[in-house]
Amino acid sequence: MLYRESGQFKTSYPADQAIFTIKQDRWFFALLMLAAFVGIPLVATDYLYTALIIPFLCMALAALGLNILTGYCGQVSLGTGAFMGVGAVAAWNLAFRVPELNLLVVLVLAGLVAAAVGVIFGLPSLRIKGFYLAVATLAAQFFLPWLFTKVGWFTNHNSSGVITVPRMTLFGWEINTPMEKYLFALGVVTILALAAKNLVRSNPGRRWMAIRDMDIAAEIIGIRPIVAKLSAFAVSSFFIGIAGALYLFVYLGSAEPDGFNINLSFQALFMIIIGGLGSILGSFLGAFFILLVPIFLTRVPPLIGLDMSTAAIAHTEVMVFGALIVFFLIVEPHGLARLWQIAKEKLRIWPFPY
Amino acid sequence: MMMKKLGLALAAGAALLGAHVAASAQEQLIPSMVYRTGPYAPSGIPTADGFHDYIAMLNARDGGLNGVKLKVEECETQYNTERGVECYGRLKAQGGTIFSPYSTGITYALIDRAGPDKSVIFSMAYGRASAMVGQYFPWVFNAPVTYWSGASAAIQFFAKEAGGKDKLKGKKIAHVFIDIPYGKEPNPVLQNYADELGFKLELVPVPAPGLEQKSIWLQVRQMRPDYVFLTGWGAMNAVSLKEAAAVGFPREKILGGWYTSQDSDTVGAGPAAKGFRGLTFHAASRDLPLLKTIKQHVTDKGMASQNGKHMGEIGYLRGVLNAVFTTEALRTAQAKYGNKVMDGEQSRWGFENLDLTAAKLKQLGLEGFIQPIKLSCDNHQGEGKVLVVQWEGDKWKHVSDWITPENQKLMPLYLAGAESYAREKNITAQNCAKS
Amino acid sequence: MAFFLEVLIGGLMAGVMYSLVALGFVLIFKASGVFNFAQGAMVLFAALFFVGFIELGLSVWLALPLTVLVMVALAWAVERLVLRHLVNQEGIILFMATIGVSYFLDGFGQSIWGSNVRQLDIGLPTDPIFLMDGDILIQAFDLWAALVAGSLLVALVLFQRTSVGRALRAVADDHQAAQSVGIPLNTIWIIVWSIAGLVALVAGVMWGSKLGVQPAIVSLALKALPVLILGGFTSIPGAIIGGLIIGAGEKLAEIYIGPFFGGGIENWFAYVLALGFLLIRPQGLFGERIIERV
Repeated sequence: MLYRESGQFKTSYPADQAIFTIKQDRWFFALLMLAAFVGIPLVATDYLYTALIIPFLCMALAALGLNILTGYCGQVSLGTGAFMGVGAVAAWNLAFRVPELNLLVVLVLAGLVAAAVGVIFGLPSLRIKGFYLAVATLAAQFFLPWLFTKVGWFTNHNSSGVITVPRMTLFGWEINTPMEKYLFALGVVTILALAAKNLVRSNPGRRWMAIRDMDIAAEIIGIRPIVAKLSAFAVSSFFIGIAGALYLFVYLGSAEPDGFNINLSFQALFMIIIGGLGSILGSFLGAFFILLVPIFLTRVPPLIGLDMSTAAIAHTEVMVFGALIVFFLIVEPHGLARLWQIAKEKLRIWPFPY
Repeated sequence: MMMKKLGLALAAGAALLGAHVAASAQEQLIPSMVYRTGPYAPSGIPTADGFHDYIAMLNARDGGLNGVKLKVEECETQYNTERGVECYGRLKAQGGTIFSPYSTGITYALIDRAGPDKSVIFSMAYGRASAMVGQYFPWVFNAPVTYWSGASAAIQFFAKEAGGKDKLKGKKIAHVFIDIPYGKEPNPVLQNYADELGFKLELVPVPAPGLEQKSIWLQVRQMRPDYVFLTGWGAMNAVSLKEAAAVGFPREKILGGWYTSQDSDTVGAGPAAKGFRGLTFHAASRDLPLLKTIKQHVTDKGMASQNGKHMGEIGYLRGVLNAVFTTEALRTAQAKYGNKVMDGEQSRWGFENLDLTAAKLKQLGLEGFIQPIKLSCDNHQGEGKVLVVQWEGDKWKHVSDWITPENQKLMPLYLAGAESYAREKNITAQNCAKS
Repeated sequence: MAFFLEVLIGGLMAGVMYSLVALGFVLIFKASGVFNFAQGAMVLFAALFFVGFIELGLSVWLALPLTVLVMVALAWAVERLVLRHLVNQEGIILFMATIGVSYFLDGFGQSIWGSNVRQLDIGLPTDPIFLMDGDILIQAFDLWAALVAGSLLVALVLFQRTSVGRALRAVADDHQAAQSVGIPLNTIWIIVWSIAGLVALVAGVMWGSKLGVQPAIVSLALKALPVLILGGFTSIPGAIIGGLIIGAGEKLAEIYIGPFFGGGIENWFAYVLALGFLLIRPQGLFGERIIERV
């Protein structure tokens, strides 16, 4: 009843090709942006920013990058953590050694460096497929942190190898408080998400999806696998590199090379599988689920009066989290994004059942 | 139907995420960031227990700190930096002022937040060594020792074993360390000593997590070093001891750092650990008067964490020491600001002016546990001393006197590290004279 | 030369330990096409129960069958609650489901038995053995591990020749075809996961004796991954041979190539080695050839 399309006619090609073709969708998105840019700064506390919202944005961007590679192009990669590390170290080196550079330029350059590294480690994908490729990308995951630890230049020969970010300013606006960091990250993520959405709707995206679905058939009809696969690695690593730079600059403020370890890679992979492979919205939903549900689960027992030791709470949280993953996969194997799609379809004909 | 349920669940979730349980106004909240689960749990559990029990003892025996009850609030970090940051935020919102992250990674992430948030970061014998230079790190304390002073103590112990510092010339000392920042910390100091005293330093990195060290120890055996300094963490330690025994490398030549020689490490190694020696910065005996007091007021009344299962272990004593520093800093602050709940600034002042004299230690029942120590604005480490202990199969025995690290000699290194941080962050040193 | 042999033998032995963990992965992947991420958690789970039973006072000979029973119960539960509902889903969905199972087992095992480190001593000797007049050193423990792995390999290969083994191979080939000739899919899966659980128990006991039983054992699964890619996901002998190659390669590289890079190259070298082999044979040394139809 509320979500009907009837009465909405598109009279031009651009209108037909827009991301949000239905007016209600546009309203919903506008409200969401309003809530994100204005609403949250009004109500959120420092704790919510630093512990929940900012990591959510960083990991959602990383999940977005990984989704482009795995969800849209079908190349399973477990090197996300290492590429985030590349982006972070590159961004830090640029910001430290060339302090005059604009912060946005630093991010973009870091992303480009990560993209280059991604292409190099993506070369095996031309020969190896499926889970074998995933394990091959682990070579990147273990090699890159080792490189950052060994070659002191990357971390300015700090004895412990830890890098801490300098002050961040953007066109004179000093980014200090959690709220400012949040707004900065939100801006970057919004622009990049928009870019990703458009990429996957257009020619490159269709090429990637063809490779994912049937790569031999795609090659026969003229899509060159080397171009498609390596461009997927490049774009994906670009996003992941910027996510890593944000992770360092805006979220943690300092990082050791070992911090970009395989757990991050697994986290990103879980996010896109739970959120929905091949869906931009899915990356965000998955990031929300994987990051915030464990924290939520740890908070529940004290708040409902259950007196459990921290160890017991931690174990219970892990068990419930695992059970929830299995539950969601049984209920909807294609992820939360599909659930959202089904909801929207049901809304179109609501209150009628069909 | 399912949508409605989902919507309700989401709303409840959002509400719960924002809410938190706060301590009552008359209670001083003592944050306790622990890892009772995860790969480093064997090291984290005894420490968490010790921390909890000492504070429970203060509450039971003295009614808290000068009438202010202490409330320990634990938060599980699983030694994970992201969880650590979340725990910090949560505990800060509940009123915590002094945070002990027990992880170098989490410490680094919190150092930058400490100032703006007015939180004291107490990284006891870990974290950023150069943070001892208080002028640049006003909110970070790492008493009583740092990794660098530990390395200094190790070299002095080796020198004593060899018969004097001059006898080290021409000898070979290997540093077997886990290849993460924590493991690499002692290297500059060891190299410094190698250049000064004329011994050859061999660096042997062990790829984390160090579950498989066969080739490492075959290599060490091939090298035939005179001494081995071991800086491991977690599962690596037990494996190191076992592999060393398996290749027949004499255990007497190995000296472990303080996070390499805890009960969790030696128990896992079994008979291969007997005779293994390690560094520690507090007494490691099971007969301390302090432990008797805790037993009397806490364990016997059933209030001990996990019923005192790990009582007397090195990890437990470490947690106790952490609690001692925390509470004594608060007590020092209370002497100036009054007997009430201390806030961030006041807690910091308390730490910076912490002065545990021998008399005070005796009064607190801590004699023999640690040596007297005094912190100051420009020295956030104090002149903490180091002890060497040996594992007897079921307990630790003291096998040396208190060793004084050569902090004066290391001062240029500390300053260089601190100044490099200041340059990166573009901050200026605090003026200590006026404080 | 003697040192080279020492390192080589040591590496081969280390590889055997890795292949014990890898075997579990191979078994399940072979029979159900599922990459069982929970294998590491299963190793810890089995080791925890075994060591827990022993600490409760039971003798080794009683604790062993009891733990086997626990693993069979686990296999039944996984099949009933997870696999049955996810029949015919894509590989990556099943992979994710095993991740959920892994989290669950991690928390469940530790909540019952705690997270402390426990020593596990099943009487295997740990002294060094000297060959060639004391020039070459090998460890008695590793010889026993090799023996155990060898017997496990023989048992599994023999098992494949039985009718149940044939049914397993049929299921691995094509679920629906196997069902249509009357092979009970669910029972087969319970059997496979039980055997994998048994293998996990063996791996858990061997590694637990080496490291002490502690939560860090879960990360062993990562050590087994290069073995899997090198040997092929679907080959049992591949797991053993892959383990030997990775173990030897890793250790030799650390000693001879490592110093040029500043040491510590073990971790990534194994993956690079496996990657190198994959580039020549994309399905691993002994894996099934990947045949794609358009």
